[in-house]
Amino acid sequence: MSLLEVRGLTTGFMTGSGEITAIEDVSFSLNAGEILGIVGESGSGKSVTALSIMGLLPSPPARLISGEVIFEGQTLTNMSDRQMQTIRGPGISMIFQEPMTSLNPVFSIGEQIMETIRAHERLSPAKLRERAIEMLDKVGIPSAARRMDDYPHQMSGGQRQRVMIAMALACRPRLLIADEPTTALDVTIQAQILDLLMDLRDEFGMAIIIITHNMGVIAETADRVLVMYAGRVIEEAPVATVFDRPLHPYTRGLLECVPSLTEDRARLVAIPGTLPEPTRRPPGCRFSVRCSHAIPACSAALPPLELLEPDHSAACIRALDLAPIRTADLAP
Amino acid sequence: MSELAAEDFAPQRVHPARATLKRLFHHRLFVTGLALFGVIAIIAALAPWITDVDPNRLSMRNKFLSPNGDWVFGTDNFGRSLWSRTVWGAQLSMIIGASVVALNAVFGTLIGAAAGYFRRLDNMLMRVNDALMAFPAILLAIAVTSVLGPSTLNVILALGIVYIPRTARIVRSSVIVLREMEYVQAAVAAGAGHWRILRHHILPNAMAPMIVQLSFLFAYAVLSEATLSFLGVGAVPPTPTWGNIMAEGRDYMRDAPWIITIPGIALMITVMGLNLLGDGLRDVLDPRLRIQQ
Repeated sequence: MSLLEVRGLTTGFMTGSGEITAIEDVSFSLNAGEILGIVGESGSGKSVTALSIMGLLPSPPARLISGEVIFEGQTLTNMSDRQMQTIRGPGISMIFQEPMTSLNPVFSIGEQIMETIRAHERLSPAKLRERAIEMLDKVGIPSAARRMDDYPHQMSGGQRQRVMIAMALACRPRLLIADEPTTALDVTIQAQILDLLMDLRDEFGMAIIIITHNMGVIAETADRVLVMYAGRVIEEAPVATVFDRPLHPYTRGLLECVPSLTEDRARLVAIPGTLPEPTRRPPGCRFSVRCSHAIPACSAALPPLELLEPDHSAACIRALDLAPIRTADLAP
Repeated sequence: MSELAAEDFAPQRVHPARATLKRLFHHRLFVTGLALFGVIAIIAALAPWITDVDPNRLSMRNKFLSPNGDWVFGTDNFGRSLWSRTVWGAQLSMIIGASVVALNAVFGTLIGAAAGYFRRLDNMLMRVNDALMAFPAILLAIAVTSVLGPSTLNVILALGIVYIPRTARIVRSSVIVLREMEYVQAAVAAGAGHWRILRHHILPNAMAPMIVQLSFLFAYAVLSEATLSFLGVGAVPPTPTWGNIMAEGRDYMRDAPWIITIPGIALMITVMGLNLLGDGLRDVLDPRLRIQQ
């Protein structure tokens, strides 16, 4: 049995001009200890997927239209708020993009980590402190015991993200959702934080969902990849497969956008056009208007996500015709 | 080689509360305000020891004495010691001010936090709030005291009812901003319940504007109490309040100007002190507000 099963998750938002769907029919499963990367442009529904799993979307305006989320055999989607509180933390925990604002400015970081533990476990003050120091130590904060009483403003962005991770891990979650954990950090710190996440995965055996728009982050960390476009999953495969043999033209486009060190290119390749707004999605395949391989049949019907090759699905009717056209420069 | 530990190079750690206090005591307006208000507050607290005459003792032989060696502030139309009456009036003003502030701190925070945090309650609570705020403060206070009857306790209740909506509104606006902060979302994601989030993440961050507001509120409460008793709907007349003394002195303003002037000056010192203190607190605790104004 997998740790997390997401089946046909569809979430809508009520807006002035009626209800729009932010994500549609998102399905995937995740095993314990596995790292899943969810990749896509801004607005493709990555974060909404994560927040829907956590049940963190404000309702109204958000509403779960259909689908279910099953975590360790329990259906989260019909749990009460109070029941969800017991899942959040020890079951599923989350870290956010903005380490500068994700910590409460009026409490010391030690106090915040202890508070997170206190919400779920009854420990003596000494034990509590010990656990918090241990967590800070695990995430690589030097002289953790002394820094316990520091306030967030006394720390750098990378350190704060480490503290955030320590808080998220304080209750030993089985699944960690990292929503763009490195976007706000500079490159060297990014690499450190990603290494840290993978080390912690190995140590605690937890599964991780990493949400990012950065293909490099995916390549470095993920075991499996979910590519999202305009609220739908358009490709899913193990990470090596996606980089080796992307089936969906959008995924290929994303990979072509990654600058390469081995090739002399004057300009970066970009995918023409922009992500369609949720209210003005084109008929049929949502990528068809930007796709250089689109044929009339593409805008006739929404292509379903199909298993086209072993352990590799894509939502493109021309996937197999186009597959041989590969971007050779991506393999180092 | 001498032994140097990493600690020797670490920046000096100053506790944030101490740093704030230090900044406050370097703020000239705050110190001035605190001194003015402090003098009145100390006099009020020492009232039983620094007055020797009962504030209500009549002495027809000594009426309308101007301030002199025996009667520091002079006497009124009944020969009562104005020093005693003003000092005891200060005590009453402080008690009423502090009680109104306490009522606001408790109920204003509760109502404001509930309205700001639980969206469902917001509309209901804020419409009641708006209705109460639609009345001019003093008119509403007069209406409430005339229903409840004039007494010190009723003045406190009336001023509480008048000012709680204003405090609630300020708390609500902070809470609405804070509710959307990422650290609140992070706390929800870590499985914290509503109570825990309010108590630990929202209210402590809403304290700064609240403290500033309460210091101004103290001034409003003292001033309104004086107004109510001046108009005759506050504490019942023989009670020495600044408003009562001034109301009685009004008739003799020409012949015995000290009767109305002395409590007036005391009132002015108190209100000015509190306002300066509030300005200082605002500058130090909530520097953003200063730019906006």
